[in-house]
Amino acid sequence: MKMFIRVLALVLLVLIISHPTADASQVHAELAHGSQLAGGPLRSFELPPWEDVQDVLMLRNYNTKLVVLSTMILGVASGFVGSFLLLRKRSLMGDALSHACLPGIVLLFIIMASAGGSGKSLVGLLLGASLTGIIGVGVVMLISSTSRVKDDAAMGIVLSVFFGIGIAMMTMVQKTPGQSSAGLIDFIYGKAASMVLQDFVLLSGVAVVIAALCLLLMKEFALLCFDQTFGKCIGLPVHLLDVLLMILVAAVTVLGMQAVGLILIIAYLVTPAATARFWTDNLRVMLLLSALFGAMSGWLGASLSALLPRMPAGAVIVLMAAVLFILSMLFGTSRGILKRVISHRQLKIKVGRQHMLRAVYELIELRYKTSAKLSLPNKSIHYANLLSHRTWSAASLSHLLRRGKREDHIEKFDGMHVSLTESGFGEAARITRNHRLWEIFLITHADIAPSHVDRDADSVEHVLSPEMVRELESALEAKIDTQVIPPSPHEFFVADKPEGEKEL
Amino acid sequence: MEPSHSASHPLAIHDLTVAYHRKPVIWDIDLDIPEGKLVGVIGPNGAGKSTLIKACMDLIPRASGEISIYGKPYKKQRSLVGYVPQRESVDWDFPVSAQDVVAMGLYRKVGWFKPVRKKHLDKAREMLSHVGIEHLAERQISQLSGGQQQRVFLARALAQEAKFYMMDEPFAAVDAATERAIVSLLRELKNQGKTCMVVHHDLATVAKYFDWVVLLNMRIVDAGPTDLVFTEENLRKTYGGKLSLLDEAAQAMRHGKSHK
Repeated sequence: MKMFIRVLALVLLVLIISHPTADASQVHAELAHGSQLAGGPLRSFELPPWEDVQDVLMLRNYNTKLVVLSTMILGVASGFVGSFLLLRKRSLMGDALSHACLPGIVLLFIIMASAGGSGKSLVGLLLGASLTGIIGVGVVMLISSTSRVKDDAAMGIVLSVFFGIGIAMMTMVQKTPGQSSAGLIDFIYGKAASMVLQDFVLLSGVAVVIAALCLLLMKEFALLCFDQTFGKCIGLPVHLLDVLLMILVAAVTVLGMQAVGLILIIAYLVTPAATARFWTDNLRVMLLLSALFGAMSGWLGASLSALLPRMPAGAVIVLMAAVLFILSMLFGTSRGILKRVISHRQLKIKVGRQHMLRAVYELIELRYKTSAKLSLPNKSIHYANLLSHRTWSAASLSHLLRRGKREDHIEKFDGMHVSLTESGFGEAARITRNHRLWEIFLITHADIAPSHVDRDADSVEHVLSPEMVRELESALEAKIDTQVIPPSPHEFFVADKPEGEKEL
Repeated sequence: MEPSHSASHPLAIHDLTVAYHRKPVIWDIDLDIPEGKLVGVIGPNGAGKSTLIKACMDLIPRASGEISIYGKPYKKQRSLVGYVPQRESVDWDFPVSAQDVVAMGLYRKVGWFKPVRKKHLDKAREMLSHVGIEHLAERQISQLSGGQQQRVFLARALAQEAKFYMMDEPFAAVDAATERAIVSLLRELKNQGKTCMVVHHDLATVAKYFDWVVLLNMRIVDAGPTDLVFTEENLRKTYGGKLSLLDEAAQAMRHGKSHK
């Protein structure tokens, strides 16, 4: 969560500081050129025409097709790798790695430029990035294994120091006359629109290899993330796998640098995986969903950035991922907030209903029960007795009674009397029976004093499943007649008097 | 020690010392575990019980000493050893089911790069039925109770089909039903001629559960058949100085004797 907030803040920052005319607005300008819209970078906010939206989303426009497709493929790769990174609890390591890429980029630029080229060969720059990225991870591991500095501190140090070195080197290069280092800064914030076919081929090739490795080594990576000690025991080369996972993270980072930028790539790695976790408890499904969410963020983000003026692709992609994350956090079927709230509320309603019905039943029983064999008549009881039977307020009781009426359990209740419907009476009998069975079980099998059993039974009985009730019945068969409702094993403290007087 | 002699021992430790940050945790350990016994490893907190087990499986580096499993180093005998780590050693909020975890014990048989197939999952279910929770095979592991999680770990070790099992506190914080299930499982393994070395913390049940004990407090205080070794004097040596524990130990002695 902390991570997420941090990333969101970064995205906003990038949105604010990124060059207004650069990047996606160029694509937009190209797009707009052929359409009815006025050409050139737009200063005012105008919604693009629907045909353009369709063209971009359906990948019909050549310029944007490349960008959108590559961010989608990148999303799939980062979805896979990010899942393992998240499950390995190494999300911050990915951040350290991406920041550590900067000095490598600048270094390789200097080397290539001094060798006579323009210094802008993408493959070369990416090689440099991987080099220092991996070194950065190595330094983190070295610090935490040889000293008592904890992982997070080591990552914080490496992240900032390597990034600092990168910035310092970049500033030096920019001040050196005769070298055009413009464009290096694009690796920090990303510049998806600058992608050409050659870059696309490179990116998709590497992404396919990354995704394939993740799928082939799924069970090995899963064991590494879940229980590396056991993995080591059965001979899994855990260190090697750890290094491999970090290399995959580095590969995604380096690939994504051009599109998303090295500051924001961590969001692309972690967010889709965290999003997927809200929907499933199955690793395979989580990997697929994570890839899907990654691809969707790339598709929506890159398209939006191409359609709207002054919207840098990297930031918009990450924002799209964030939108998916927030939606999933709210509505996720496995651990979404809404699901938790609903199930909590449902349990509360169920508990309230059961308490109310059982209280009514117990009062009828106290008043009309003559012998164990005869069935109980469905008679009305005094409201005042019901109110004093349990510790509940008049407001909450009448709330329960009103709900009971809506659910067709309560026939009528006025200030004086409460009566149950037929179905309410049946339900009340069933609930009381389950409660008694559970109470008797606690007394006979768990050595709980009869005077304490009511409250102990209360906490569990609401979640008794039909199978558990059957088990209870068979466990108690020898002791009691489970066909009828057993008598309460403890005394009630409230006598059945209209005044509701207490009696011990 | 004769090589032929140690080859018949599931575990033979010679001169073992393990240190964390140059501070020794266990030292000068000499221990031969006989085959076919249920061995309890007993000692106070910080005595190095888990460290001993981990060192046997090369999980932590050792400062000195030699360890052999059936006469050879652990590296060559992996398939003979099953391991039950402490339940708290992993995060149970992991997106896998109980049978997925048990199948991890089969990964050596599944092989690199290959997916877990149906026959492996069937095997995993069979192992879960040995510990009495086959009906929970598809349950996500965070939805299992502590005792059930412990049983999943036991089932995973069973899936390894080893000859020698090392278990780290399997009885820690489990319900009575799980404790009974583990005990009957241990007896079953013993009847199959297998050896189990179990880190145990409840002195009251030592005499009941184990026929061989290792009393450990940074060094081996004594090791041998429970009848001979699990004595009041040895317990005082092991737990010495910790008075409340000493009382507990004395009580355990009486308790244990009355069970005999």
